[in-house]
Amino acid sequence: MPELRGRGLIVAATLVHAHDLTVEYGGTPVLDRVSLSVARGEIVTIVGPNGSGKSTLLRAILGGVTPGRGWVEKPRGLKIGYVPQRLVLDPTLPMTVERFLSLPRRVSKSRAHDALERAGVPGIGGRQMSVLSGGQFQRALLARALLDTPDLLILDEATAGLDQPGAAAFYRRIEEVRAETGCGVLMISHDLHVVMSASDRVVCLNGHVCCEGTPEVVAAAPDYRRLFGEGTRGALALYRHTHDHSHAHDHDHAHGHDHGHAHTHHEPADRDAAE
Amino acid sequence: MILDDFMTRAAFAGIGTALAAAPLGCFVVWRRMAYFGDATAHAAILGVALSLAFSLPVFAGALVVALVMATAVSLISGRGYAMDTLLGVMAHSALAVGLVGVSFLDTVRIDIMAYLFGDILSVSRMDLGVIWGGALLVLGLIGWRWSALLTATLNPDLARAAGVDPRREQLVLTLALALVVAVAIKVVGVLLITALLIIPAATVRPFATTPERMGILAALVGMASAFGGLRASYSFDAPTGPTIVCVAALLFVLSTVVSGMRRAA
Repeated sequence: MPELRGRGLIVAATLVHAHDLTVEYGGTPVLDRVSLSVARGEIVTIVGPNGSGKSTLLRAILGGVTPGRGWVEKPRGLKIGYVPQRLVLDPTLPMTVERFLSLPRRVSKSRAHDALERAGVPGIGGRQMSVLSGGQFQRALLARALLDTPDLLILDEATAGLDQPGAAAFYRRIEEVRAETGCGVLMISHDLHVVMSASDRVVCLNGHVCCEGTPEVVAAAPDYRRLFGEGTRGALALYRHTHDHSHAHDHDHAHGHDHGHAHTHHEPADRDAAE
Repeated sequence: MILDDFMTRAAFAGIGTALAAAPLGCFVVWRRMAYFGDATAHAAILGVALSLAFSLPVFAGALVVALVMATAVSLISGRGYAMDTLLGVMAHSALAVGLVGVSFLDTVRIDIMAYLFGDILSVSRMDLGVIWGGALLVLGLIGWRWSALLTATLNPDLARAAGVDPRREQLVLTLALALVVAVAIKVVGVLLITALLIIPAATVRPFATTPERMGILAALVGMASAFGGLRASYSFDAPTGPTIVCVAALLFVLSTVVSGMRRAA
């Protein structure tokens, strides 16, 4: 764990802590006293309607937006892997996948090869980024983000443009990475049911933090229901069903060990948020 | 000594300028900064006027004013103004003010055409030293920051996550651009500098698979244009700066036709 700095408010395993962030764009408030932290080994998902400040929050955490009030604390030397929502390459810029993986730090051909294979897109290293399909492109972005074995993975609607099986496979990969490396994950997602099954903690944002906690807590919160309406009830019911289902099957090996371990770490915080 | 010949000096001046301008030009193209280049270059004429008024070296005056203009423009950019309009206003205002300023300097008889379109045949040894010094500085700067510049060009947030500050990289480009402008005034003049930045990069785009290859190919095309333009202007007794740009434009047309045929085949 890298050395911590800042105002000393963050606990040992915290990778990033945003404190009371307030951001305005030309007088319009976008974020209002938003606090958020992500711990090592934790998957935190931000949900919220369009214009609720989700991307602004991520950009503030990355340092691209200067908050009017509040601050962001990160341990010194924190390695961040970032997958943007969309990456538009200017058509005048030639870029092979292999070259892209080496930005900004050169990686060897064999490491690039391995990274693509693990991301599920082997053999595309020599292709131009511009000819990739949406799914291949997102996987190439993920492969690049994972190359440096980041402490914190930040995904901004990384599965936009992927079909459902593609998105599900993408999130499975994220969970694998978390299990392998113990990194923290902070992501924005629109795939509500996927969010619910893949996250340890969900933060529902609408300019301010409406509610947060375990997926079950958020799904039951009145604020969340108001924002996402009745339309999502079906998806949530489906989620509960599949989740329970997988519990029954995987309880002994998967949930009993890996998850149980990760959970003991921050469960008290979840309960606090829930109460 | 070979540098005694004015044609040789001109050739070296052209090649040096093209060598620095072309890789920087790739970034100008990738980041859609063409108008930014114009504004910086046009402002340089104001620098020329000031240098002549205060008897300072033209290179220094042009560099300072270009730097001020480039910095101002890059500070304004990304703040939600209509950039192309604002750049247009600034570019042409600077040019006009510079031209009016030069016209007041009746103490010196100045051939304003030399600064607008370049006067490569009158390059002195001293000029050559300044041109190559500036060119090597630009190449060094771009080479040193290459990967960070590319990352910032791709996406500012991606750069920030990787620990690259996009504002610093923008500043590097701004500085490099001002240097190229100051260096290129003698060679092609303020009106055609942007051509030297953009045309070689655009010419080689269809044949490049990586940013590095594009930079190297653009440098080669730039140098070929400078050399070819110099020869052509000698043969046809045409103004040298514009002839260099004509050769570059010809190569661009050739490249477009060839790549079009390749695609059709």
